[in-house]
Amino acid sequence: MFEKPVQVPIGPQHPALKEPEGFIITLSGERIMRAGVRLGYNHRGIEKACEERTYIQAIYLIERICGICSHSHATCFCQTVEEIAGLQIPKRAAYLRTLIAELERVHSHLLWLGVAGHEIGFDTLLMYTWRDREIVMDLLALISGNRVNYAMNTIGGVRRDITPDQIQQVLKGVDALEERTKYYITVATDEITLIKRLSGVGLLSHDDAIRLGAVGPTARASAVAHDVRRDDPYAAYEEVSFKVVTDNHDDVYGRTLVRVGELMESYSIIRQILKDLPDGPIAVKAPRKIPAGEAVGRYEAPRGEDLHYVRANGTEKPDRVKVRAPTLANVQAVAHMLKDRYLADLPIVVAAIDPCFSCTDRLITVEDPDRRTPGVMTWPQLRQYSLDWHRRRGVDFTHLNKTFRTDKTR
Amino acid sequence: MTDTIQEEQAVQSELTAKFPALGGAIRIQRSRRIFARIPHEQFHDCFDYLVKDMKFNILTVITGTDEGESLGVMYHLSRESRIVLSLFTTVPKQNPVIQTVTPYFPAADAYERELVDLLGFQVQGLPPGFRYPLTDDWPAGQYPLRKDWKPSPAAPPTQAEKNEVKDV
Repeated sequence: MFEKPVQVPIGPQHPALKEPEGFIITLSGERIMRAGVRLGYNHRGIEKACEERTYIQAIYLIERICGICSHSHATCFCQTVEEIAGLQIPKRAAYLRTLIAELERVHSHLLWLGVAGHEIGFDTLLMYTWRDREIVMDLLALISGNRVNYAMNTIGGVRRDITPDQIQQVLKGVDALEERTKYYITVATDEITLIKRLSGVGLLSHDDAIRLGAVGPTARASAVAHDVRRDDPYAAYEEVSFKVVTDNHDDVYGRTLVRVGELMESYSIIRQILKDLPDGPIAVKAPRKIPAGEAVGRYEAPRGEDLHYVRANGTEKPDRVKVRAPTLANVQAVAHMLKDRYLADLPIVVAAIDPCFSCTDRLITVEDPDRRTPGVMTWPQLRQYSLDWHRRRGVDFTHLNKTFRTDKTR
Repeated sequence: MTDTIQEEQAVQSELTAKFPALGGAIRIQRSRRIFARIPHEQFHDCFDYLVKDMKFNILTVITGTDEGESLGVMYHLSRESRIVLSLFTTVPKQNPVIQTVTPYFPAADAYERELVDLLGFQVQGLPPGFRYPLTDDWPAGQYPLRKDWKPSPAAPPTQAEKNEVKDV
């Protein structure tokens, strides 16, 4: 019955995928014989658009390349331009960039853990991790004023300072997150369904990881000990101590262990940064026109190495901006991992490299349908609006909330 | 910053000894950053030597550039994830033919397709596959990253689009 191979197109829009990408899967029964990947559905022409804009405008555009690694791209771009312009950013700015970078890694890895749980039908893990992720989202909003696009960077430093009170809140939040992460490490090492479902899935040997150019946790779970933070330090990474977490399971299970291990390292880095945060200015003045030159910047984003190449021509607009985000480097590895595996493993194997997808904005302008006047809702108002909206339709969890509500994690 | 560049200088002298054409065209910008420029005729020998003999075993990305009369292509290679060597070469815009590097780095596939789509390179030896990143119905001969290419001005919103905005 299954003698003849069958071709199945999956995507670009498909319930198993969280963002547009196309897979052409050749199946023999349930086994994948070949996987072809079609990308480009999210191509927005940002590199070209940067050539038409000033460096400052380009930062805002580049920050929006990705909804999760927004700080990664903006920092990478800024440090590349700073190298061309010969700017030395103040120490405090380098520390603050590192702080946001690690908070971003925490929110990204917690998000991944939830998605991984979801893809294997372990939705309790999704609910838990995403609830806990709110702690770090709130911390990022506290420091930067926004949950996703923090707009912390400018050429020559950062745009916002941190207050002693905020530092205390971040430390408190990190304590809570660390406690939760320890629990997830227990889950990852003890929970038999998770171990069985992820072990041996999405195999990528050490040699294949190098040959196919895999990056980030995907490579580190195949014992490739590459981490730009250590190998090519930027911002304040030279001044903090941390471990490059690797694993030799070579599969999705290994990638899970690497990411929860990295969460613990991030908490340690955040504490070191806040303990040794130097005083002083947070930015130096940057010229509007960047002198002619070129530079290559690298950054360890949550998903792996991010590389920016910038060429300046002496005007206020860049001559060429090239961005290599980590997912593109991992795509070849995914096609390889899928080969000779079961079709049912596809969602988790694809999710295991943690391809980027966007977050929604927090601030919503809501028009009052009766008065037709635009207004801005605060977060508590929006939450109340949502509760009322559901109650009017018969969905009411007031009773449950009273019984189970704990304020421990908030 | 700890700026020891001994390893970088060793790379520079080894390359210059092997490829005299690189004399003066190889620059250490700072620690862990080397830029080199090589005539296209010698590019493949140099690339092969870098990858096989000097163990630059990671290709991070390939950047294509528009140089006016020619098209430029820069291969960002790295060794042990530390030193990044950006090897640059140019080919005439009239005949922008380069050889694929996928036998060395299978992941270069996507980077080379990008050169084809966005700058109009012809990459010899590139295995068949989907185009990337432009759409299947993208008009032929339109290369967005060329300097003379300008996006057409956005069409004014249709009535349907205007209504859609109002409904939000």
